[in-house]
Amino acid sequence: MFRYIVRRLLQMVLTFFGATFVVHALMFAYVDDPFQALVGDRPLTDSQRTALNARYHLDEGFFAQYWHYLKGLLTGDFGQSLTGRPIGDMLAQAWPVTIRLALLAIVIAAVIAIGAGVLSGIRRGGAFDTVTLVLTLIVLSMPIVVLAPLAQLIFGIQLGWFPPTAGRDANLYQLLLPALVLGSLVIATELRVTRTSVAENLRADYVRTARAKGLAPRRVIGVHVLRNSLIPVITLIGVDIGVLMSGAIVTEGVFNIPGVGFNLFRGVRTEDGPVVVGFVSILVIVFLVVNLIVDLLYAALDPRIRYE
Amino acid sequence: MTDITAQMDAVPGIDPRAPLLDVRDLRVEFRTREGVARAVNGVTLRLHPGETLAVLGESGCGKSVTAQAIMGILDTPPAHVTGGQVLYRGVDLLRLPENDRRKVRANRIAMIFQDALSALNPVYTVGFQLGELFRVHRGMSRGDAKRRAVELLDQVRIPDAKRRVNDYPHEFSGGMRQRVMIAMALALDPEVLIADEPTTALDVTVQAQIMGLLAELQRERNMGLMLITHDMGVVADVADRIAVMYAGQVVEEAPVYDIYARPAHAYTKALLESIPRLDLKGRQLNVIRGLPPALTDIPRGCAFHPRCAYAREICGIEPPPAYQIAPQRIASCHFVREVLGV
Repeated sequence: MFRYIVRRLLQMVLTFFGATFVVHALMFAYVDDPFQALVGDRPLTDSQRTALNARYHLDEGFFAQYWHYLKGLLTGDFGQSLTGRPIGDMLAQAWPVTIRLALLAIVIAAVIAIGAGVLSGIRRGGAFDTVTLVLTLIVLSMPIVVLAPLAQLIFGIQLGWFPPTAGRDANLYQLLLPALVLGSLVIATELRVTRTSVAENLRADYVRTARAKGLAPRRVIGVHVLRNSLIPVITLIGVDIGVLMSGAIVTEGVFNIPGVGFNLFRGVRTEDGPVVVGFVSILVIVFLVVNLIVDLLYAALDPRIRYE
Repeated sequence: MTDITAQMDAVPGIDPRAPLLDVRDLRVEFRTREGVARAVNGVTLRLHPGETLAVLGESGCGKSVTAQAIMGILDTPPAHVTGGQVLYRGVDLLRLPENDRRKVRANRIAMIFQDALSALNPVYTVGFQLGELFRVHRGMSRGDAKRRAVELLDQVRIPDAKRRVNDYPHEFSGGMRQRVMIAMALALDPEVLIADEPTTALDVTVQAQIMGLLAELQRERNMGLMLITHDMGVVADVADRIAVMYAGQVVEEAPVYDIYARPAHAYTKALLESIPRLDLKGRQLNVIRGLPPALTDIPRGCAFHPRCAYAREICGIEPPPAYQIAPQRIASCHFVREVLGV
């Protein structure tokens, strides 16, 4: 297990450099004249330009800039946005909001998906299975740009069950509707994978053995089938974190939640390169860490992984 | 064990003087979209303590389905037990409520399967899977259950049992895995052990070891062993009696030496003639022509008649009765005399 973790960590370091390099290269390729964009139609003097260039290292070469960028990233210095706000502060404010939203969404999605997936996997073709099939198809076919405003309109405004927007210090109840919308992005696939996985495992030989051991059906499914069935689902949940992050851009915009997605959306719209790069870099790191955790969990669930 | 009597009471109606296992006219069908496959069509078998009964037949003859019906672990649907009785010490298991029947499994009748790698759960240690039996059926603590698991692994001669108990199934070799399966089946001291092709997935030397171990444990415990196999070599070594199955029926039943010396059913005879023999080296091997019938479409009359060298008109019309040809010998063939050569 220890060797597996070490190897996995080394892989992560490599991926970190690769991913940040790509982010940096994209930013480098995109920049034409950000300062002119910043000042608009007003003239920009040479001395101002030199000062700004020195501050953002724009006069240096590609790799020197990458070095500055990496150094900043590793020391926690993300520089300033083009409007002069420290990006570190923006991140510190935005992340807790998004983490709460995403965690809530993941938990809701996983609980519903695994619960319903196991039930429909046990009785495939039954009434419950058919109803969930139809419901997941409806949810699957609705893009989040439709789903988010629709949910806000129906449940937030017309029915008034939930607050229609959630601010910075939103409590769990206020975050519930956005989290549901966000979670619905991944719930359908997670449910269907759980269902297939359970159905497949139910046919496995070890289930027959478990029954031959005189175990009650509840134990056969809850202990023997469930753990085997969850292996692909856990991996999927890891991948889904990325989906949730991108989904958060729309959801946070609609529900006015000042999180990562909200800031990123604004950064892209105002062409604020440093903000976009800062937020995307952290997104990349979060994604890497989450996938590391998922892989470790995967190894904990499936002993065969640890020895490969 | 001290709690044996307590368990005797747990299954109501047990009569210690009744036959150990008495299967009467068992019928199982699989209802599928392609039609009804009649996998078991009136199987009658008896098993006594300390005895080894080999159930012999080609793939798809219903021998595994019979075993799983006795255990009560068929998947329903598609499988349905449509008739017959499975009497364990006088109690019809087919009529037992599921809760009571569960107590019979592993406690009284245990089963080992062909492929131990897929039959063991890949994500739990063998210690967990063995100990689970003691925790669920005997209410033992985790610690006690694990100690018993180590003892069991020791009994089936797994070296270094104390350490191996924490290993996962994939860390064992094929033979060792089958030993784990045997340990699991014997954990609760069952009276009946059903072994479904226990050595088919193993290589020959390991096969012999496993069969030896099974025979030894059976003697020690005076268990009734029902050995399901298609391997006539394995059967000759260990079985006391043989039941030959074809298309979901027992076509011949006899003590092992009688069947090899003088088969009474045309199918048994054909099977024996299709074994390569050293003294007939260089001669063309007799094979049974054709294929076993599809279970959705079993021929009328005797199911074997389309492939049978002795078949005459009556074989395609009337199913042969079970002739008692000697005290312990039964054969269902219209032409028993001709086959026996009397």
